[in-house]
Amino acid sequence: MNLPPFQRLLDEHASGLRRFLVGYVGWAEADDCLQDALLAALEAYPGLRHGGNLRGWLFTIARRKALDCLRRRARDAELAPVPDRAETAAAIPDWDLWALVAALPEKQRAAVALRYLADLPYAEAADAMGVSEAAARQNVRAGLATLRKKMPRREA
Amino acid sequence: MSGVADRLRNLTIPSPVPAEGFADGAFADGRAGAAYGKVSTPIGELTAVVTHRGLLNLIFEGQDRDRALQRVADKVTPRILEAARAVAFVREKLDDYFRGRTFRIEVPLDRSLLTPYQGRVLDFAYGIPAGEARTYRQAAEGAGDPRAARATGRALATNPIPVVLPCHRVVASDGGLRGYAGGLDRKRFLLEHEGFLR
Repeated sequence: MNLPPFQRLLDEHASGLRRFLVGYVGWAEADDCLQDALLAALEAYPGLRHGGNLRGWLFTIARRKALDCLRRRARDAELAPVPDRAETAAAIPDWDLWALVAALPEKQRAAVALRYLADLPYAEAADAMGVSEAAARQNVRAGLATLRKKMPRREA
Repeated sequence: MSGVADRLRNLTIPSPVPAEGFADGAFADGRAGAAYGKVSTPIGELTAVVTHRGLLNLIFEGQDRDRALQRVADKVTPRILEAARAVAFVREKLDDYFRGRTFRIEVPLDRSLLTPYQGRVLDFAYGIPAGEARTYRQAAEGAGDPRAARATGRALATNPIPVVLPCHRVVASDGGLRGYAGGLDRKRFLLEHEGFLR
């Protein structure tokens, strides 16, 4: 399978990548992460042997870049306090749910964001996380259970 | 079943993706090898594909753009992005041409999609003054082999940079327009615009 023009990958997957990143690293840094991931993908692209599973490949890169971003943040957090984001919250729909997702443990957050925000099948979510499919499922289940517990009760 | 899962799936993300200027930036710093963008003209919306060398490919509205871009990906580079600013120089020159400010479009070219023979045929076409035309036989002679009229026809018909490399200035010996990848209406428009036809 030939490699399609890179723009096709953007058209098809950029919004899914962004949904994953917003869930995984948060609104403030998602776009920088996305940009880093896309530039890294663009550079590595001609080295791919074939055009199979391009989505999985993109998400693997995005997850790697996002981990870098989280590590950087953890390091920086020791130097400076995290700024208050109360004013942005009002502008974002479903802020409450985003905030709950952001509070999940790292692995659960990655799994939930890949599976439900980016809508990846379990196999691809597992690839992007570098874990087995069973582990990915387990993380998604645990993540959803946590969210359910913390979410305010709503009418069915 | 799972209300949380459904809510997660339906979460909206408002702002555009990816950031504006991403593609132009990636092309400008050389990470993207090719860029494409639209150019509005009286003969429809063309898609210009450029590399850092220059204009590589002009695609007419109605032609199979996906296929043309895939060919660029296969033969030149798959690192292709849609980037409006990168094709601005093409837009400017085509604008001059269609407004009649010049009939000789001087723009840097990337000849990667041209075969050597096709390059000779199209160089001959480029040398035909606007307002004139030559026959396929003359074009074959100009490219070095008067017996290769058929190959010449093919070279002209598959011109990757039409309008700029004016293959439309080659017509049948009886004065008929013969063929044009963009359709005979466009060929006629160009020849009328240049004053060869009225």
